[in-house]
Amino acid sequence: MGVDTALIWAVIILIGVMLYVIADGFDLGVGILFPMVPSETDRVRMMASVAPVWDGNETWLVLGGAGLMAAFPLAYSVVLSALYIPIVLMLLGLILRGVAFEARAKSRDRSRHLWDKAFFGGSLTATLFQGVILGTYIGGIPVEDKAFAGGAWDWFNPFALFCGVALIATYALLGSSWLILKTDGALQQRMRELTRPLTWVLMCFILVISVWTPLEHPEIAARWFSLPNFFWLAPLPLLTATCCIFLLRSIRHGEATPFVMTLIVIALGYLGLGISLWPNVIPPDIDIWEASSPPSSQGFALVGALLIIPIILAYTAWSYYVFRGKVQADDGYH
Amino acid sequence: MHETALLLARIQFGFTVSFHIVFPAITIGLACYLAVLEGYWLRTGKSVYKQLYRFWSRIFALNFGMGVVSGLVMAYEFGTNWSGFSNFAGSITGPLLTYEVLTAFFLEAGFLGVMLFGWNKVGNRLHFFATMMVAIGTVISATWILASNSWMQTPAGYEIVDGQAIPTDWLAIIFNPSFPYRLVHMVLAAFLSTALMVGASAAWHLRRRNDSPAIRKMLAMAIGMLALTAPLQMFMGDLHGLNTLEHQPAKVAAMEGHWQNGTHGEGVPLLLFGWPDNETETTRLAVGIPHLGSLILTHSWNGTFAGLSDFPADERPNAAAVFWSFRVMVSLGILMLLLGLWGSWNWYRNTLYDNRALHRFALSMGPAGLVALLAGWFTTELGRQPWVVYGLLRTADAATPHATTEMSITLVLFVLVYVLIFGAGIRYMLRLIKAGPANDASH
Ligand code: HDD
Ligand code: HEM
Ligand code: HEM
Repeated sequence: MGVDTALIWAVIILIGVMLYVIADGFDLGVGILFPMVPSETDRVRMMASVAPVWDGNETWLVLGGAGLMAAFPLAYSVVLSALYIPIVLMLLGLILRGVAFEARAKSRDRSRHLWDKAFFGGSLTATLFQGVILGTYIGGIPVEDKAFAGGAWDWFNPFALFCGVALIATYALLGSSWLILKTDGALQQRMRELTRPLTWVLMCFILVISVWTPLEHPEIAARWFSLPNFFWLAPLPLLTATCCIFLLRSIRHGEATPFVMTLIVIALGYLGLGISLWPNVIPPDIDIWEASSPPSSQGFALVGALLIIPIILAYTAWSYYVFRGKVQADDGYH
Repeated sequence: MHETALLLARIQFGFTVSFHIVFPAITIGLACYLAVLEGYWLRTGKSVYKQLYRFWSRIFALNFGMGVVSGLVMAYEFGTNWSGFSNFAGSITGPLLTYEVLTAFFLEAGFLGVMLFGWNKVGNRLHFFATMMVAIGTVISATWILASNSWMQTPAGYEIVDGQAIPTDWLAIIFNPSFPYRLVHMVLAAFLSTALMVGASAAWHLRRRNDSPAIRKMLAMAIGMLALTAPLQMFMGDLHGLNTLEHQPAKVAAMEGHWQNGTHGEGVPLLLFGWPDNETETTRLAVGIPHLGSLILTHSWNGTFAGLSDFPADERPNAAAVFWSFRVMVSLGILMLLLGLWGSWNWYRNTLYDNRALHRFALSMGPAGLVALLAGWFTTELGRQPWVVYGLLRTADAATPHATTEMSITLVLFVLVYVLIFGAGIRYMLRLIKAGPANDASH
């Protein structure tokens, strides 16, 4: 054989989830920011800025789930069972906001405010529970005899809930910097005003999580603070800090820079997380090789993934290109 | 696992998947219909096609959104609720689902934006290309998911190692014995459901004397589609049943309410009515046509096939549920055929747009496709019980051992959100249909 298919699959899933976080992150963020923008035309523009792409963004989440089942069925069954309740709540949130896109445009004036609430509430719920899922996952999942051995409410703990709140700030920042890029006039100005405090909030959250995680998990602390590692890994937080500074300085006049900087900060944070957990797929101690499906499964799916993902990226990029530029209120109608 | 919790898990799956399948069925049908409309418009330049495209694409957009979010639930439910199943069969169904995401979901999602919002941003040909990609994506999607479901019905190309199904031959897995039948049957079901919906919409307007070229075109196209696919569906359904007799004989016995073969080779009747009873192993109140069951399933006057009593009691499905859901599907199929024939006759006589009785019939058949489709799935899935993977894994061993409390909470949440949100979405779809196609096709 020679090819480590488990390793390649782990990388594909990691990249897929990261694309999801970035892509659905900004469109969930747009939903989270809805209450900050009362004007009807501005709301229509906000929705129109993501309407053509939200479905494709969400598909990365489906790829994450399917890829996990294909390559690491043990992780798929154990992790998802452990996270049953937060996953259901996340999915229900995604339903509320997903239907709101089309339904809002077709609703009468009388019921429009209900869809606004569904869009905001759904985005907020989905984000909160994605963060809770992440926090619970980092915290580790007890396994006995190839099955989840913890309780249904284990996720209800301070660290996981904190991660949930932190993710809300993250997505809101992604959303506001996305809207700086996609809009102009008063709406853009409003987003510039929101981006600054959101950046500060996010920086605080990153700091707290960076301290809290190693305190609670000695093995993660060991990875970061043992000696040769420390020097290799030191650039990561430094780079993050630099990008935050660039982000803050670009808010007043930047068009694309705030969004790009936010993306980089999030990618760096994600990378840091990956370094903390690698190579475990069920933290704290089941690694990707232990949870692997047989080579005949990983290999079969891998051929398709390697051939098709570049094509997907190409037409997705094309679709973003078609809808480039500032969004107008009437772009949303079809 | 607790008995009640297992029941709740099954209800939850049945509920969420039944809601889901309704949207994809319409998505498959409408996407193909839209591609045809746009193709005709490009070829003939007649504005009526563009007008219809505009009209149905707005309904399609709503429906698609609901299909996507209800499907998202399905993709996670195998892990959250059926971890025993994912652990046992994930190495086989996982790669199939992954291919579905890669070849179908991304394709649909990637081109949907251009299809719905791109009229003024790309040229006509590129727009048509986007519509085609979405339509093709929906059919590819059906292919993979049905390969996966069919493998659960008639497993092939695997071996069992350490209590897990390991793939040995992917072609045999994908082209498992029941897959071709199920694929064709399901895609036809989607076309039929859509044609009935389109036809009923036209009939609704005609009954209100809201007559226009676009409405007429809708009715004619729907009737044509019915006349074509309804007989085909019956034919395919027959082949499907013969295939099931070969691979899942207990299911067919339940569909027929057939318990024991007579001693003197008197053949098996086709029961029209009755109540199969798992307790007494008989079908009460049976009314049937002698020998017809033999004729359909064995193609001989006195042929016999296994009855339910030939199977161990713990390997029998609930016969009454399978028996009746099957009859609902088949009777609706017959009514569809009648509508197709009657409509074609009226079309031939030039009375298609004036026959009020026909319009009333078409209107009342609006939901029939979806009802038949659900009834068909109930036949298939209930008839597979007590197995999840036929002959290999029992439903009771497939479920995640959640407690009854958690299962009840999530079930209530699902029912509430689905009924409220999808209910509102469906109401909006009906409202758009009632508004009818706009006369100006310029926008
Ligand atoms: C518009 C919907 C529709 C219509 C008119 C019919 N069916 Fe059907 N039927 C389905 C929609 C459907 C379905 C939802 O598509 C199923 C469920 C799974 C599948 O593959 O197809 C199905 C399953 C199904 C099965 C079960 C196969 C199995 O268990 O493996 C049989 C034997 C038939 N059908 C037979 C028929 C016959 C003889 C029909 C003629 C009147 C018919 N169906 C009309
Ligand atoms: C889409 C239309 C479908 C409908 C309406 C449907 C309906 C149902 C119902 C009612 C049950 C509950 C059975 C029971 O209570 O005994 C069930 C079970 C199940 N079905 Fe389907 N099904 C559909 C498609 C599928 C597909 C495509 C798959 C797989 C890819 C699938 C896999 C399962 C599984 C894993 C279960 C759970 C275990 C069980 O109770 O059998 N189903 N389905
Ligand atoms: C129980 C098994 C099933 C699972 C796990 C499942 C999963 C999904 C998911 C995750 C999506 C959303 C994709 C996106 O994000 O764009 C989806 C949509 C879709 N599904 Fe299913 N599905 C199931 C059953 C079926 C069946 C039986 C069919 C058809 C035969 C089908 C056809 C489709 C189609 C055509 C779409 C496209 C979007 C839409 O329907 O509006 N699915 N499904």
